[in-house]
Amino acid sequence: MVEQDVIILANENFTGQYHRLVLQADRIAPQAQPGQFVHLRIPLLREALLRRPFSIYQVKDQTLSVLYKTVGKGTHQLARLKPGQMMNAIGPLGHGFTVPASPQIRPLLVAGGYGMAALYLLAERAPRAGVVFVGGRKQGDILCEAEFRALGWEVRAATEDGSYGRRGLVTLPLREELERDASGVRLYACGPTPMLKAVSALAHEFNVEAELSMDEHMCCGVGVCLTCVIPVRTSEGWEYQRTCTEGPVFTANSIAWEVMA
Amino acid sequence: MNWSVRIGSLVMPNPVTVASGTFGYGVEYARLLDLNQLGAVVVKGIRLEPVRGNPTPRTVEVACGLINAIGLQGPGVDGFIEKYWPFLKTLQVPVIINIWGCTVDEYAEVARRFDALEGVGGLELNVSCPNIKEGGAHFGTDVRLLEKVVAACRKATRLPLITKLSPNVPSIVPFAQAAEAAGSDGLSIMNSFPAMAIDIETRRPRLANITGGLTGPCIKPIAVKLVWEAARAVKIPIIGMGGIQSAEDALEFIIAGASAVAVGTANFYEPQTSLHVLQGIREYMQRHGIEDLKSLVGAVKLPRV
Repeated sequence: MVEQDVIILANENFTGQYHRLVLQADRIAPQAQPGQFVHLRIPLLREALLRRPFSIYQVKDQTLSVLYKTVGKGTHQLARLKPGQMMNAIGPLGHGFTVPASPQIRPLLVAGGYGMAALYLLAERAPRAGVVFVGGRKQGDILCEAEFRALGWEVRAATEDGSYGRRGLVTLPLREELERDASGVRLYACGPTPMLKAVSALAHEFNVEAELSMDEHMCCGVGVCLTCVIPVRTSEGWEYQRTCTEGPVFTANSIAWEVMA
Repeated sequence: MNWSVRIGSLVMPNPVTVASGTFGYGVEYARLLDLNQLGAVVVKGIRLEPVRGNPTPRTVEVACGLINAIGLQGPGVDGFIEKYWPFLKTLQVPVIINIWGCTVDEYAEVARRFDALEGVGGLELNVSCPNIKEGGAHFGTDVRLLEKVVAACRKATRLPLITKLSPNVPSIVPFAQAAEAAGSDGLSIMNSFPAMAIDIETRRPRLANITGGLTGPCIKPIAVKLVWEAARAVKIPIIGMGGIQSAEDALEFIIAGASAVAVGTANFYEPQTSLHVLQGIREYMQRHGIEDLKSLVGAVKLPRV
């Protein structure tokens, strides 16, 4: 974890509301592990003080990129920034995914929307390619398909409105694959909480391991403020653990889903 | 140049510390800044037993501020000593432990436990957390209870005691005086303000706890006024806090009457803030030829009446 000023190399529209931000971050990028994030201070953000966390998408030498969707005042201001501008970053932060130790493990990735971004480094560093299941509301929410295919991964898409790939939730094609063959499978997922909960239930049903990147509202990003906690099982029941520090990646069976709202 | 601060037997090498609850247990920020440059490290509030804390969402960002209702999640005295003290005791600057309880006896017991721990710099009594239903806040808003808590802790320990007052009172003066009379060595002014935010689309409160405590730059002018009022009423030193982001902010508190200052919410978004504040105070002292920071404490020039 380091804090450094970074230079914006590119900040461009990806598709629809999604953007890609490329940063020159010589001290952060080389350390980045799959599933980790950077905490960015967005300059000239009036009245809003806090940093915004973004999953690390791609890393190349001293640069890293993130994908973001313009949803609030922070990301709208971020989209206005131009190449050459500076911002402050803290990273890489968080406990990421466990890269499969051997090609014996068959990785299946599950992404909702720009959850794809958090899974890219894992796909790149896994000892063997697998399948990535990606879901979204409509075609415009299916990101990075070409990038994953370029790594030799198979991409199976599902959209809720049926405008692209299968109609329905992403867990539908995932279930079919697990029914076909669940041997040696390990699941890695990033997306909205209801999707992660459904992936957790499938992992339990098919008795496979699953690692989930939890998306919680975050404040300090470094484990101090205790904003981003989720209930995690312990020998005595459960306790709140920090998504920014113990997570964002947790094993599916460690999460006390029954306690979560 | 002298800028050390004495609070009872506690000596801070410089006037800048951090606000409890915004700096974890120190170790989390140790990789981002040199903690030994601070005047003291103040850790998050500890009670006797572990505390699970409130459900989420626990914080919400508002204009120039933050509302939180964490619920004092913490490891309890034993968990703190086991997990965090081995690191904290290696620091060269004083470590101030923020303590709380649900009863007067519990406060005293926690104070006693830390009295027995070698190397503690001082205790800060949290009598003012707004987010705990069964304890905390009412000790800070009832002057007799406040006196009782401070007196009980005074009996339980020889450690320097700093009472962190609640802003949620009609006048801070009797509370500051009561803490002083009961044996407090210093005051922390102030804690967060009770506040609320609502999502207009869902019409639901933005915090699971419904209400929380407001902190950040938006509360600074209110905090400066409370420090000014308290400083004129007591002799014990005050640590001023509330929305400090810069040396200029900190100097306002000092001129209002604070002997030291604490950086709070700014730690969450700019972890280096406390060190920048320190550097800025040094520059101000040089620019104004101030040899001893004490000469600036409470030096506000009031109009003649």
